[in-house]
Amino acid sequence: MSHIHVISPGFVTTVQDLGRYGYAHLGVSASGAADRLSLRMGNALLGNPESAAALEMTLAGGAFEFDSETSVVFTGSDFNAQFEGNSVPPYVPFRVRAGQAVQCGATRSGARCYLCVRGGIEVPLVLGSASTHLMTGLGGLEGRALKKGDLLKIGNVTTKAFQTRLFDRDVLSRLMPQKVLRITPGPQGNWFRDGGKSLFQGTYRVTEESNRMGLRLHGPPLEQTYSGQMLTEGVSLGAVQAPKSGQPILLFVEHQTTGGYPKIANVISADLHSVGQLRPRDEVRFELVSMEHALSLLREQERLLGSS
Amino acid sequence: MHIQFASDHSLMVSFGDEISESSHRQVLRMTELLQQHLRSKVRNLHPAYSTILVSYNPLTTDGAEVERAIHHLAQQIDRVPSPEPRTKELPVCYGNESGPDLSEVAALRGLTPEDVIQIHSSADYLVYFLGFTPGFPYLGGMSERIAVPRLATPRKQVPAGSVAIGANQTGIYPVSSPGGWRIIGRTPRRLFFPEREPLTLLQMGDRVRFFPISSDQFQHWNEHK
Repeated sequence: MSHIHVISPGFVTTVQDLGRYGYAHLGVSASGAADRLSLRMGNALLGNPESAAALEMTLAGGAFEFDSETSVVFTGSDFNAQFEGNSVPPYVPFRVRAGQAVQCGATRSGARCYLCVRGGIEVPLVLGSASTHLMTGLGGLEGRALKKGDLLKIGNVTTKAFQTRLFDRDVLSRLMPQKVLRITPGPQGNWFRDGGKSLFQGTYRVTEESNRMGLRLHGPPLEQTYSGQMLTEGVSLGAVQAPKSGQPILLFVEHQTTGGYPKIANVISADLHSVGQLRPRDEVRFELVSMEHALSLLREQERLLGSS
Repeated sequence: MHIQFASDHSLMVSFGDEISESSHRQVLRMTELLQQHLRSKVRNLHPAYSTILVSYNPLTTDGAEVERAIHHLAQQIDRVPSPEPRTKELPVCYGNESGPDLSEVAALRGLTPEDVIQIHSSADYLVYFLGFTPGFPYLGGMSERIAVPRLATPRKQVPAGSVAIGANQTGIYPVSSPGGWRIIGRTPRRLFFPEREPLTLLQMGDRVRFFPISSDQFQHWNEHK
């Protein structure tokens, strides 16, 4: 059995896979990687199943030691990873030997970096998934962020040796996170002045009160013109909610399954990975697109992901 | 029944905008139909008072097809038998450390704490749906006499099993989480079991009654770690 030993955990590092689906009617959110695209790319580079679990690091990464030889790759943002005195760029797999370690620092770009390992991280599955849901303490390693001294198992590799591949530079650049988030109208889109025009015209700053449950944004307030009360109803990943203050909240991977604030818009699936890379003080804009365009962007992204 | 896209990967099915037992029955039946017939196409269902959010993988599933399938299922909705409602009786240790807001709730409504306990524990509640956190029941049927506003500042951590009042709703926090409702007691029973089936003590459509217990009984029955 191979292990990763946590020498230092980093700011908020959790075990994540692609999430647990099928339990929202019981109040269980899907959770999963904040930047699914980067997790999937890391797994693709290592010949792992796309949903193999990895370490999701936030804003500043940790230091990790391997007790056996294996292949590793960093994906997502550049956290200035060092290995044996050399810088390791993201998206380039490399071999580590028993006793060797990697060290990460603060991000040089976006909020999240994934440490993926051949075989994936192995933790007891909760409702079929290794993902950590921090708010309720479910899944991952004891339902929490990693601590110094933690020992993580690496899964046994059952597939035969993989062919080293790299993503084409052009593909990587087209899959980079963006600060313009495309949106489609939300269930209460018409409750807002001019159908929510302030959302589409303004620039919003990501505040410090942002995490895996949601990002609190600050910018031109969203004025509600309908005075009716909203009944609690199901909430979709990427929903942009407007509480009484008018300052939008962008719901994210650990969001509650139901909520009572009006939802003016929803970020498109293809742009959710960009949300996972937003840091406090980042500025975002929103752009309204049609449902057809949202779907064609998603299919295009999937096509790029599959190319090598 | 009305269906609209809520996002590029979900549909909102609506049976009106009221909290009523008849809307609830439609939500219950349609949820049952969706679970039976569309399991392979649907990723998650979020039933609520009068709506169901249906989410799917847009790469492998066509939203318009799901929409058509739901309209088709709606034709059968009156033929779905309503299951015999189960009644769950939950022990609650009211007041003191278990219910730190009980006295304040009483004072806010010009009642004694004993009045609040009596009113809260003599009603028959309906579990409209589970949401917010795993196993959290949205309960209907609470007497208006003990309705109190939510806390101005939510607590960062509410102990698992806390029984609380928020506006004119009552609920139980199954897991420790932040919470803005006023806590009047605590149940020693667990409401969420990720390690086994069924995952939750309560399910949509159940009836719930609370009965007061002493703190000694709470210690004796305590299922929370």
